[in-house]
Amino acid sequence: MNAAVQFDTLPERAETQRGLVAVAMSGGVDSSAVAALLQRQGRTVVGLTMQLWNQRRLPELQGHGPAQHRCCSLDDVYDAKAVAQHLNFPHYVVNFEEQFEARVVRPFVDQYLAGRTPIACTNCNTDVKFEPLLRMARQIGAERLATGHYARIRRNNDTGRWELLRARDDSKDQSYFLWGLSQEQLSRSDFPLGELTKEEVRALARRANLPVAEKPESMELCFVPTGNYVQFIQAYSRESGISLQKGEGEIVDETGDVIGRHNGVHNFTIGQRKGLGFATGKPVYVLSIDPENNRVVVGEDNVLRKTTCEVEGVNWISCHTPSAALRAFAKIRHKHEAAPATIEPLDNNTARVTFDTPQRAITPGQATVFYDRDVVLGGGWIR
Amino acid sequence: MNRVYLDFNATTPVEPEVLDAMLPYFSKEFGNAASIHTPGQRSRGAVETAREQVAALIGARPQEIVFTSGGTESDNHAIFGVVAQPILAVRASETAKHIITTAIEHEAVLNACQALEKEGARVTYLPTDREGLIDLDDLRRAINAETVLITIMHANNELGTVQSLAEVGRIAKEADVYFHTDAVQSAGKIPVDVNAMGLDLLSISGHKLYAPKGVGALYVRGGTRLRQFLYGGHHQRGFRPGTENVAGIVGLGKAAEIARKSLAEDSQGVSALRDRLQQGLLGNVPQSRVNAGAAPRTPNTTNLVFPGIEGEALLIALDLKGLACSTGAACSSGAVEPSHVLTAIGLPPEEARASLRFSLGRHTTNADIDFALNVVPAAVAQLRELSPTYRKEAVL
Repeated sequence: MNAAVQFDTLPERAETQRGLVAVAMSGGVDSSAVAALLQRQGRTVVGLTMQLWNQRRLPELQGHGPAQHRCCSLDDVYDAKAVAQHLNFPHYVVNFEEQFEARVVRPFVDQYLAGRTPIACTNCNTDVKFEPLLRMARQIGAERLATGHYARIRRNNDTGRWELLRARDDSKDQSYFLWGLSQEQLSRSDFPLGELTKEEVRALARRANLPVAEKPESMELCFVPTGNYVQFIQAYSRESGISLQKGEGEIVDETGDVIGRHNGVHNFTIGQRKGLGFATGKPVYVLSIDPENNRVVVGEDNVLRKTTCEVEGVNWISCHTPSAALRAFAKIRHKHEAAPATIEPLDNNTARVTFDTPQRAITPGQATVFYDRDVVLGGGWIR
Repeated sequence: MNRVYLDFNATTPVEPEVLDAMLPYFSKEFGNAASIHTPGQRSRGAVETAREQVAALIGARPQEIVFTSGGTESDNHAIFGVVAQPILAVRASETAKHIITTAIEHEAVLNACQALEKEGARVTYLPTDREGLIDLDDLRRAINAETVLITIMHANNELGTVQSLAEVGRIAKEADVYFHTDAVQSAGKIPVDVNAMGLDLLSISGHKLYAPKGVGALYVRGGTRLRQFLYGGHHQRGFRPGTENVAGIVGLGKAAEIARKSLAEDSQGVSALRDRLQQGLLGNVPQSRVNAGAAPRTPNTTNLVFPGIEGEALLIALDLKGLACSTGAACSSGAVEPSHVLTAIGLPPEEARASLRFSLGRHTTNADIDFALNVVPAAVAQLRELSPTYRKEAVL
């Protein structure tokens, strides 16, 4: 990408900048700033806020007092509406509760119950935001869907492919959650914040006098109001009649010796140290989860480090499935520092990732995302 | 942008004549209708004139009209007023009181009934056929010794379907059960006569008949035993305390008078336009169908299903082109929820979601219909182009 890209111009998209653009608005500062930014560029903006989850469901998770600052809480919807009214463009709330439950919430719960540690945000991006929402944006006449993601999209003129890149602001980069997007999805998406830092976005929101300019960031999973996902999984399973039949089980060491008891595999994630419920001389961590036998295997830190993993559901973005192994930097969770690795495609959907040095807590259900410097080559789900 | 409004079942503009009638009562004639002095008496006079005007619209006596804040309050007052007396809680020795209603009522009735169900009342939700009409034999069978109230809407807001209330009224009378109707969508559009229909209670909303929002009326037949709903001063014979909304009430009265006089003429003109819109859409949108088209309907309403599209997306696409219409019911966030009415008449969920309501107004013009006939088929085609389900259906 041209390094001289200006703060609020997206030159390589000039040809598509004339039509209507839909902005996915959560009611937060980032997506609100996107709307303000695009409007300042002279684009005709329409705001869409997804209704994804009925916060009145699972009343046992409600605690006391009204729902505050959660995704899909009425407060957030009203915030998005207030921004649209302030900037004077049409805004609609669109109902994707069914799709969200089927494609995000249910798989999230199923994965946890299968001893994996899923990433709901990736499913939401690939299967909700950039699927039915993008489709609806196009159906109502928008050329593309702009979101508040911190990442960049560009078209590679040599290959003709749309590429996904890390955000300029590495501390805010969200490319890790976007590796599942297809060429079609990328070609119709705009990430106007990819060139900005969070501070610049706040400043922009303040300059535009957006009512949400000072709104705090949300960190929790949007549909888990308390942030306590274990509680959520139990409540959702009860409501949906998913049996948690294998409740209690054994905690074993690497040799298979039983050294404790656990209260359900969905309480654990690889690398977890806290909450094992017993004390040993040396610190121990969850090494693996065996839902078949309802066992949690623990061991010392050095055993937690592994060199290889296999990934499935692989999506290649910058190229077709490579014919040979390639070198890349691979990231195994959002906050992991990408490490040098060799990626060996096994077939169209799977690949083997071999790191140069052992990596701590490679966790099934999370994704490995392959980078070439700033460019996301692709990614896949860790088996 | 040229904007055409075809959502008059949601609300109507205040008629200029109505506004003119109201204006003096904001600042000049500001007296409290409950005051003894002359300014108060002048407001009282205006309120009582309005009471006569509203009574005349539905064939009632003026003293049987109670002004309320709107349709929701009227419905709630009628239902709680009959069922929740003398006390809410049903003692163990008593049999639960029984209400009969329909599956296609407005939320103001449905949710009131559901609230009473939680308090121990029993509720029968009569099903309807595909036209949105109840079966009178179902109604007869549903009545039992505990039945205290039949509440059945006159015209349905989403479909326009009109129930034959006169027959319901006869059944209610034979069974000696109170009969309430939500006439919010019919009053002012089609003839309503509380005596011919055997009604004890009837709800009206001002803003559906060219009066302002925030005012409505409840008809209460003389002699009806109704529990008080609000407590306060002695306004409206103590029946509905709270300082009267004089300007709003005057507006409702004036609007009722206009509706009574122009109803027949309006109805003819509007139904001709509605039929033209309906035929035009059926002819220009492949596979489109009318929901409940064979039922007697209010002259201004038509509800069509456009298979293969999401009504929500079509609604937005049309709004962006300048055409306002409606789908389902909005929830508190403003998102569209699947319509309980369309589900109740037997539409599968995907067809309920693919349905759109057009409701015309007294001043809808041929040009408005031309505009709709111009933008809707194109918008549906564009949506279907990008629909993941439409092509598959077309092949089947």
